[in-house]
Amino acid sequence: MTRPVFIGLDMGASRTKVVVIDDQGALLGHAVKKSGIDFAATAAICLDDALLRAGAGRSDIGGAMATGYGRSNVTFVTSRSKTEISCHARGCFHSFPEAQTIIDIGGQDNKIIKLDAAGRRQGFKMNRKCAAGTGAFLEEMSARLDIPLQEMNNLARRATEMIKIGSYCTVFSATEVLESIRHGKPVADIIKGIFYSMIQRVLEMDSLTEKVVLCGGVVAHNPYLVEMTEEMIGRSVLLPEYPQLTGAIGAALFAREDAEN
Amino acid sequence: MAAEKQPARKKIESTGQMMKIMSEYFYDLNDAAAASDRKVAWCTSVGPAELLRAMGFAVHFPENHAAMLGATRMATELIPEANTIGYSPDICSYLTADIGAHLKGISPLARAYPGIEAPPRPDVLVYNTNQCRDVQDWFSWYAREFDVPCIGITSPKNFTDVSEILVDDVTRQIEALIPTLEEVSGQSLDMARLRETVALSRECTELWRQVLETAMAVPAPLTFFDGTIHMGPAVVLRGTRQAVDYYRQLLAELQQRIADGSGAVDDEQYRIYWEGMPVWGRLRQHSELFARLNVSVLVSTYCSSWIFPDFDPEEPIRSMARAYLGLFIVRSDAYKEQYIKQMLEKFRIDGIIYHDAKTCPCNSNSRYGMPQRLERETGIPSLVISGDLNDLRCVSDEQTVTNVEAFIEQLEERKDHA
Repeated sequence: MTRPVFIGLDMGASRTKVVVIDDQGALLGHAVKKSGIDFAATAAICLDDALLRAGAGRSDIGGAMATGYGRSNVTFVTSRSKTEISCHARGCFHSFPEAQTIIDIGGQDNKIIKLDAAGRRQGFKMNRKCAAGTGAFLEEMSARLDIPLQEMNNLARRATEMIKIGSYCTVFSATEVLESIRHGKPVADIIKGIFYSMIQRVLEMDSLTEKVVLCGGVVAHNPYLVEMTEEMIGRSVLLPEYPQLTGAIGAALFAREDAEN
Repeated sequence: MAAEKQPARKKIESTGQMMKIMSEYFYDLNDAAAASDRKVAWCTSVGPAELLRAMGFAVHFPENHAAMLGATRMATELIPEANTIGYSPDICSYLTADIGAHLKGISPLARAYPGIEAPPRPDVLVYNTNQCRDVQDWFSWYAREFDVPCIGITSPKNFTDVSEILVDDVTRQIEALIPTLEEVSGQSLDMARLRETVALSRECTELWRQVLETAMAVPAPLTFFDGTIHMGPAVVLRGTRQAVDYYRQLLAELQQRIADGSGAVDDEQYRIYWEGMPVWGRLRQHSELFARLNVSVLVSTYCSSWIFPDFDPEEPIRSMARAYLGLFIVRSDAYKEQYIKQMLEKFRIDGIIYHDAKTCPCNSNSRYGMPQRLERETGIPSLVISGDLNDLRCVSDEQTVTNVEAFIEQLEERKDHA
């Protein structure tokens, strides 16, 4: 390539995401893999995969930044790492340059991030040490019910009623689900309750102001969550084109800025 | 992999002298427990220590012992011992760690001071509930265990102003302690000695204030993490000449640092106020985390709690009452907010970090909207981190690091856009 590309890597507790952008900020390629147990190797595989899709090679890299839990395990970065909070904020503001409240639902963490009209962060909240409302909660329920994750979204749509789950604890929530099964409640209604519980736990973290943007891998793979959020908050939400990649895109944008400076 | 900057840890030279006087204090306590002519009183950290010292008691502070259990990371293994006998994991982890240590028969004193096996056996326990009700329950447990008297002050709470009515109340309660203490000690209260003790407490805490206020300098010559260590003498040796002499030495060293332009943190970029307790088992990690980010955590409510300007040797008991009522922790939110606002301005603070300590609600001011109110009124951003003073089961290191780093990035953004 004649023009440099910029890399953003978001190594989350669950998935590793790599994006390749050009010097105008356009997405050229991306890759997503399970983070697994060898973060450095996963990062390298993901990088090469994303570069291949972008039609670029390592020699084309003009800058690279890592974010997420495994950010310190990545070897090919050129920029000082930033937290996933800053990167999600940057990535979402790139898609929607206006004041906003970002809700990021990740594999382990939920975040609510508030930005002003200039993209400056006004504050942020992360979930406390509890998996309620995260992707891990959904995975736990999927395992308990022995229903593949990808089927849960469609099942929830078929619900006619909703079985509410009250517990703040993921494990005790699973007990509530089992209790509903024992009582012969329809599985679809239970799954709808699981999704409702997830959003409820997130909304309890902070108030929502301005436009609401949803992002994160869980949202990307469960569009029903988006619809339910809109229903619960009584207004429409914005969804980036690649909700799972906003952190990685933010990191790539920072890497580009660092290279320019 | 990008190399992580290793922060330099600047040693405070006076630390050696502090270790020496703390060591002498603990050995004296140990000797008192063995002597037939001296009695031992256990006292809460802002209890009537002046009275006890003036009456000749050797004074042990279980909170100090509990903090040592936390700092040595022994606490988390000991707390479950107390849980099994009915003390919930949700109550004060100073209490559960200390009782757990007693039940297991182990103590950090034994590791640090050869020849000492455990805290000295008490002849009397004296509390003040100005911090919380847990201290009374804590001391009551030991009173049953050792079959000794447990007496104390039930403090008024949540008031804005220290009114004369409240001072009357606590004065009467302090006076009511005297007959029991005279009986246990076998001596009458000598008012001249009490005046002298109160005068020394006043001098000690005035010097401690000056020590903490050196952090008004830019860069700050000491951090909150230094303060948590160097407040030891102000806690356990209040009312003694040794504490006064020590703080003179420490103050001189810090003033020299200011004159040399030497900050506790290299290239200080941001100045942070810490609200709440330290995470004792993570002092070093937190100190290094902030230093790596060029952040000076330089002032706190916690370390400032041992400043008692109300001590007055001319009216010793009444001024003790006033001092114990003046404590931050016992005051209303209206007072606390006003106090914090003054501190933010005085120390030129960029951001506040609230430590929401799971087992210490009275020392966690993040639960009733205070961070939001203060942020709205001052424009200074805040962050709440979840943790605990002693129970590391309530601490998530990765979450703490991400939160703190994200908060500093937020401050950087503000600076870039300023």
